[in-house]
This record gives sequence, structure tokens and C-alpha cells, in this order.
Amino acid sequence: MLVYTLKRLGLALLVTLAVSMLSFALLYLSGDPAAAIAGETANAEDIEAVRIYYGFDRPWVVQYGEWMFNAIRGDFGTSYYFKLPVSQLVAERLSVTMLLGVCGISFALLTAVPLGVAAAVRPNSIIDRIALFLSVMGQAMPSFWFGLVLIVLFSIKLRILPPSGSDNWQNFVMPTIVLGYYAMPAIMRLTRAGMLDVLGADYVRTARAKGAGEFRVMFKHALRNAIIPVVSLAAVQMGFMLGGSIVVESIFALHGAGYLAWESIGRNDLPTVQALILVFSMFYIVFTFLSDLLNAWLDPRMRVG
Amino acid sequence: MTNTTETINTVAPKVEAEVLSGPTPRQILLTKVLGHKGLMFGAIVLLTIFLMALFAPLLAPYDPYHQDLMHRMIPPVWDAKGSWENILGTDHLGRDYLSRLLYGARISLAIGAIAALISGIIGTSMGVAAGYFGGRVDACVTFLINVRLAMPVVLVALAVVALFGGSLQVVITVLGLLLWDRFAVVMRSATLQLRSMEYVTAAKAIGCSTKRILFSEIMPNIANSLIVIVTLEMAHAILLEAALSFLGLGVQPPTPSWGLMVSEGKQMLLFQPWMIAIPGVALFILVLAINLLGDGLRDVSAPENRN
Repeated sequence: MLVYTLKRLGLALLVTLAVSMLSFALLYLSGDPAAAIAGETANAEDIEAVRIYYGFDRPWVVQYGEWMFNAIRGDFGTSYYFKLPVSQLVAERLSVTMLLGVCGISFALLTAVPLGVAAAVRPNSIIDRIALFLSVMGQAMPSFWFGLVLIVLFSIKLRILPPSGSDNWQNFVMPTIVLGYYAMPAIMRLTRAGMLDVLGADYVRTARAKGAGEFRVMFKHALRNAIIPVVSLAAVQMGFMLGGSIVVESIFALHGAGYLAWESIGRNDLPTVQALILVFSMFYIVFTFLSDLLNAWLDPRMRVG
Repeated sequence: MTNTTETINTVAPKVEAEVLSGPTPRQILLTKVLGHKGLMFGAIVLLTIFLMALFAPLLAPYDPYHQDLMHRMIPPVWDAKGSWENILGTDHLGRDYLSRLLYGARISLAIGAIAALISGIIGTSMGVAAGYFGGRVDACVTFLINVRLAMPVVLVALAVVALFGGSLQVVITVLGLLLWDRFAVVMRSATLQLRSMEYVTAAKAIGCSTKRILFSEIMPNIANSLIVIVTLEMAHAILLEAALSFLGLGVQPPTPSWGLMVSEGKQMLLFQPWMIAIPGVALFILVLAINLLGDGLRDVSAPENRN
């Protein structure tokens, strides 16, 4: 287990390093950052001064090393637009995104797992059909469009939820549904498939044979085993969801990190964009790392791979 | 099926061996395909949309770029204020919505197909190489897959489009370069399973070149799962393009992209909700059709891989 953990940790660190290089490379693809900071009215001398002030005249390896070294200590430089430390900006906004992510994955799990179990218990029943219908819909519906439909329905027609903002809990209801519905189909399909597998297993038959109640068989024996892959999928989905929250946050003007990313891209605020790409990647890396460990802990066969 | 057998019987009653051998694999496949409701529905809808996109210049009643500021935001025909002049109404610049919708299908299909092609080539070659050669190649590819999965697709795509400008070519290239992960993952595991097959060993034993083994032994056997992934990634690319265009960093106006149409309709959300409903439903139907086709193909080609 220790060897496995160290191996996974090493891989996670290498992936982080590669992602950081790629997000740093964005700065180099974008042309002359000094000219962008100096503004359109600046002459060649001003641009040169800016270049030296920000250190853009040094070789890229040195710049990357410095950026990475500072990033490890939590210093991502200064935002071109806000003239504030990027880490402070990101930290302020991240709590909203994380809250949204937790709400979203909870919503997805709370709808997908019961539906998946119910669908597996009675295959081809009405519930199974409804579950399949919901998951097919969820996979085909563009999430930005689903968000707008909810706004039309709940904010304009029914007037019970605010269309935008991030001050109250009401602001989180629709974004949670949209983000959760995005993750739901995969979780539901996996729960259903896992339950179908497990319900045919010997230990479930044994449990029934010894006279355990149906409820007990379902939850104590079957679901406990079927839920293992679902938990690791949920962890991975959580990583994807935080990265995908940019769309949802921009529809509902929810001032989280995704919204900040969208604004910063529009403002050419590269240090902020770089930091956010790295932070979102880190979330994914941490979540998959945890899910790998959880899997290995629950299922010793995984530790070999 | 019974009909065919009977005709064979009446025409050549002496060929009993053929009758006993039953339907050929191809016939079995055809029956399965025709009997699969989801697959047929998806295929028919997709074909219809494809034909509509192909013949857009003939079908579209107006020029999709022609602005008519005197006739702005006319609602569609089923609305009390609508008319048959503009069946789906006009947008905020007076452009005919139906014409824009038809031309928009071209954008979505082109982006889906080309992005899936690019990412398919990248991902399949990486996955097959990793699965077949194993060892360091595999470690390398697995690492690259991990790196790719860790990058937030929407954010990176938005940033790159912002840097290079939002032309159709840039959007297609970015999506093509970002969506190869699933190809690589699935092709890698498929090839891993095939590598130890007897016919591959046999091909090696009689001295076939690696190239020949990869192209004549491995590729035909992973083609089925490849087609399924192509459909999934096409749907993925179409949805992503729509999201990028909706956020203003995809295909740029005045190009009639469905995502862009939703974004333009967003400003009229309060009074003209049909403006987002029409392109949204179009997107939904297209992606639904592609997904149903993909799911159906998977069911038909490899029933054991369901779920």
C-alpha cells in the first residue's frame, strides 16, 4: 500500500509539473506580454521598461522556474487588471466554486444513486425507463441552454428564484441543478450496472437464503459493494465539474473562480488565467489521487496495477 | 428472414447445406441494426440533419446573413404574431431564423466531424502504440493521458481561442487537440487485449512486419469500438463548440453557429424566449441523435460492453 501510494503521489506530482509548464507556455503563445501591459498608447521605450520591470527579458527557463517556485509558495504574481495578488483574488472566489461543486456532486449523487438502484432492482420497469430517459436527456442537453431554460422557468415565469448573483442560498439552487445534472447520467448508469452485477452475485443469494430482509439485502449487502466504483467516479466527476463550472457560473453570474476565469480571459489577464488553469488541474489531480487510494484501500487487487 | 429461406428453397431445393447454415453474419448484423429502435432513430435523424445541412443553400428561404432592420424579432409561425414569411421568425437583426438554423447545422456537423477526425487520429495512434508496444511507450502515453485529463478543457479552449482569435479553423483545431483522451484510453485497452491473441502471435511467427500486424491484424478488430468513440466525441465536440460560442470565445458573429444564436437570444430572454428555445432544441436533437446512434452501435457490435 505504501509503495502504491508513493507511486501514485509521484505520478500526481509529475502531472502537476507538466500542467504547470503548459499553462505557463500560454503566456509565451500570447505574443508580447509587455506590450499588452503597457497599453496601446505606449512607445517602444515604455514597453522596454515594462519588460525589464516584469522580467520578461530573461530566458523562459528562468521565468518558468521563478513562476513555479513562487506558485509553490502560493504566490501567482499580480493580476494585470486588478493590480492585486492573484492568489488573493483566486482564494476569494474559490470558496463559491467549491461550494457549488459540493452542492452539485451531492445533488448528482442524491438523484443518481437512488434512481440507479431502483432501475437495477426492476429492470425494464417504468422507473428504469424514466432513469434511462433522464440520463439520455442529460447527456444530450447543452448545460448552458439548460441553465437558460431554468432561468426562463423559475425566474421569469414563476418568479421564485433570482436569475443571477451569489449572495443568497437561492442563487445556488439553479446552478446546483445544472451542474449536478451534468454529472448525473454517468453516475446513474454506473450505479445501475454495478447493482445489476452485484444482485446476481453469490453473496446476495446467500443473504437472501439465510432470510435477510429485502431492505437489508439491498443496502447492507448489495449497495455497499456496488457503490465502490461509483465513489471513485464521483471523485473524478467532481474534478471535471469544478473545471466545467466556468459555463454555469457565467450563465448565473455566480462570482466564483470560473466566472473570474471567464472575465480574466476577456481582459487578457494572463497571470490570473494561468493560476486558475493550474488550480483547476490541481483539483482534478487531487481528486483522482484520492479516488485511486480509496480504490486501492477497498480493493487490494488494484494495488498491483 | 423466413422469406429468404423459402425462396432459396424453391429456387434451388437441392442446396440443403446452405439452408442449414442459416443467415450469414452480415445478415444477422443487419437484422440487429434494423431491429434496434434507438440506433435507427438516431441514424434517421442524423441523416436528415446532414441532408439539411448539405442542401442548406437550396432549402433556406433567405440569405442567413441578410439583415432587415425593419423586420426584427418576428416570432415564429405558431405564435399569434408570427407569419409564414419567416417560419421560425427573425433575430434581433432581422435575419431569417430558419435560414440561420440550416446553415448553423453545417457549422455544428463540420466541427463535430473534423474535430473527431483529428482527435481520433491522435488518440488512436497513441492508444494503439501504447497497447501494442507496452513498456516505456505505454508509460509515456498513460502519462500524457493523465496530463490531458487534468487540464480543464473549457478553460484551456477558451484561453487558446482568446489568444488566436475565434475563427472556425482555430475552434476545430483546439477541440481536435483536446479531445483525444477517450480515444487513447479505449484504444489502449482494446489493443492490450488483442496483443496476446493467437492470430497476432501467428502473424508474428510467420514474420509479418509490425506495420502489417498493426494495420491488418489489430486495426480491423478495434474498428467497432473506434466507431462508437467517434460518435461520442463528435457529440462532445459539438456541445463544446456551442458552449464556447455561447461564452463569446468560439465561432464569431455573424457566422450562424447554434451556440452563438442561443447567446444572441439570451439578451431577449425576457420577451422572446423562443429565440433560445429553437437553436437549443436543434442542438439537443442533433446530440441526442448522435448519442443514440453511438449507443446503438455499441449494443449491436459488442453487447457485452453495455453500460
